[in-house]
Amino acid sequence: MEELWTSLIESLVGLGDVVRFLLRLVAESPRALLRFDLIAKQIYNSGALSLVIIMLSGLFVGMVLALQGFQLLQRFGSEDALGTAATIGLVKELGPVVTALLFAGRAGTALASELGLMRATDQLSAMEMMAVDPIRRVVVPRFLGGVIAMPLLAAIFSVIGIYGAQLVGVQIMGVDAGSFWSQMRASVGLSDINEGIVKSCIFGVTCSLIAVYEGYYATPTAEGVGTATTRTVVTSAVIILFLDYLITAAFLK
Amino acid sequence: MLGVTGTRSPIATPLNPSASIVEIRNLNYGAGGRPIFSGLDIDIPRGRITAVMGPSGTGKTTLLRLITGQVAAESGSIVVAGEDLRSVRRADLYVLRRRMGMLFQNGALLTDLSVFENVAFPLREHTDLPERLIRQLVLTKLQAVGLRGAAELMPGELSGGMNRRVALARAIVMDPEILIYDEPFVGLDPISLGVILRLIRRLNDALGITSIVVSHDVQEISTVADVVFLLSGGKVVARGTPQQLHSYPSEIVRQFMGGLADGPVPFHYPAPDYFGELLARGEIP
Amino acid sequence: MAKSRTLNLGTGTFVLLGFAALFFLTTQTTSRGISFASPPHYDLSAKFDNIGDLKVGAPVSMSGVEMGRVTKIDFDSKEYKAVVTMRLDARFNQIPTDSDATIYTQGLLGGKFIGLTAGGAETYLKDKDQIEFTQSAFVLENLIGQLLANFAKSSADSGKSKADAPAAAAPKSTEKTQ
Repeated sequence: MEELWTSLIESLVGLGDVVRFLLRLVAESPRALLRFDLIAKQIYNSGALSLVIIMLSGLFVGMVLALQGFQLLQRFGSEDALGTAATIGLVKELGPVVTALLFAGRAGTALASELGLMRATDQLSAMEMMAVDPIRRVVVPRFLGGVIAMPLLAAIFSVIGIYGAQLVGVQIMGVDAGSFWSQMRASVGLSDINEGIVKSCIFGVTCSLIAVYEGYYATPTAEGVGTATTRTVVTSAVIILFLDYLITAAFLK
Repeated sequence: MLGVTGTRSPIATPLNPSASIVEIRNLNYGAGGRPIFSGLDIDIPRGRITAVMGPSGTGKTTLLRLITGQVAAESGSIVVAGEDLRSVRRADLYVLRRRMGMLFQNGALLTDLSVFENVAFPLREHTDLPERLIRQLVLTKLQAVGLRGAAELMPGELSGGMNRRVALARAIVMDPEILIYDEPFVGLDPISLGVILRLIRRLNDALGITSIVVSHDVQEISTVADVVFLLSGGKVVARGTPQQLHSYPSEIVRQFMGGLADGPVPFHYPAPDYFGELLARGEIP
Repeated sequence: MAKSRTLNLGTGTFVLLGFAALFFLTTQTTSRGISFASPPHYDLSAKFDNIGDLKVGAPVSMSGVEMGRVTKIDFDSKEYKAVVTMRLDARFNQIPTDSDATIYTQGLLGGKFIGLTAGGAETYLKDKDQIEFTQSAFVLENLIGQLLANFAKSSADSGKSKADAPAAAAPKSTEKTQ
């Protein structure tokens, strides 16, 4: 019982650390924006380099969604609603969530291991010694790069997913192309798209924050870097799924 | 108490305090519940090469971090180039650090920048110098360490010794007043060792700076150091020129300088009685 | 340097793709986004006893051709009726003043929309006019209530004409239950 209590306290302390770290990153962001070249490079690392996995995953997810959705809707004679079903499912849920999970796995681990390695080889200390604030120079650009890249990746995922759904639904399963799109247009609203964008933005902040936090505070050994990387993926996954519930519930009102 | 500045010891030669660029008084610092330094007093003389030596774990690297302000002391004072580190603000600390250069144990070059860019890093971050001037400065410093031809290589393509030389060039690019070397000889082959030693001496004399070298390579450091501080148990146990230390009337100094396996620093990690432990495992029929 | 050029190209392409995707999602999948400039339009209003679950944004059509959308739903507390405001594309400006507006259901269980049926008048509805003739929404509960009422009424009628048969059957049934 006492162990439970202590681990609870530990978690709260850890949460406090992370929040204070986030505040520090946000405080340094305006000045870091002056060095936009650093941020651009990080957008490339986190975003452009993740494009392939995101697009492939989006395609397959959209295709599976169409397969499953078609089977389900067929029972009610509403196959025409496939366009709506696929779009809503992708834009509101699968797009943000799956992209976030993939992002944590690919870009998040890269960020954590980069920073962890810099910590282990004293590069961060060297920068401090050269009177350069490593937070501003190294951490914030990586954080902002992830924050900017995530919503864009989620949007691309959803779009490719819709294309994949259309591929299976219309070309293979025989849903009428006109109905596919017109029903979708009639039923999908801007609020749905908004919800998806808000989700992916929040996930972007979460994943990037966790990744840079774990990397920056990694134990400066080879082991420590590995631990930081795994913790990034695990923590990100759990928190994203939890936040997903909260945000969906909040939007439901 | 041996060799502390100010005590009347026939061997210690007290220097004029104003000639010290780093003054540490009564420093106390601990980590993880263990005390690392208790009542430490050190004066680093200006313009000389000072070596800080001691057995593993005496906190030599911690001392460097205290001097550079990366960690704060629990009590006692540290005055670096006239600035009291207890009362210095973060912005002033950064300004002070620009007057110091530090060479880390493994070079600590930024792995995503080329050799040239690494050396240019402090200039780009802290000055508005035109590109032409940066280029000249960088090449000059690289020339001083003998690596001007490697300017376009990446740190991953360099050997350990070359890495350290580039890091040295980076440390001097802003013309610091104090150069700090953290274990610069670890893992180097004899040739690279000789190169580094020569650079330490020449840079110190040519640039008129103060060098602080933390090391435990007795042979190597004895050839270049002007003053040696030997730390053990959180205090200074010996202070003087390398020659003075070699004939110091103290067991621990002699064990360290002579590289003896056993002495005040024991060979055996504390353990229960040997025979007792051997016999205790067996079942007595 | 060649390296930074490919980097910038990659970043720029990625960001462009991202924003293109966002743009696609907001305009091509929703009903609002396609029009870039708001075409010329005019507003009409109509009062209904019951609009069912007609929503703002529901389509307004005539002969199945979509002409506009419901823009506002209010309540008239003097007449106790729902006031629906709709915005029509100015192209469809030849709707006779005696046309009627009815609330229909899309498909079997879909959303509600307004269908206009043309009258015969020579004059046409203009901006801010009101449609006089309206028919309220079809509410399922009312239909069921009506059906049940009809059923009860018809069984009561047939019950009167066969009054003897149940009386003759009753004694037999009471014997059975003993």
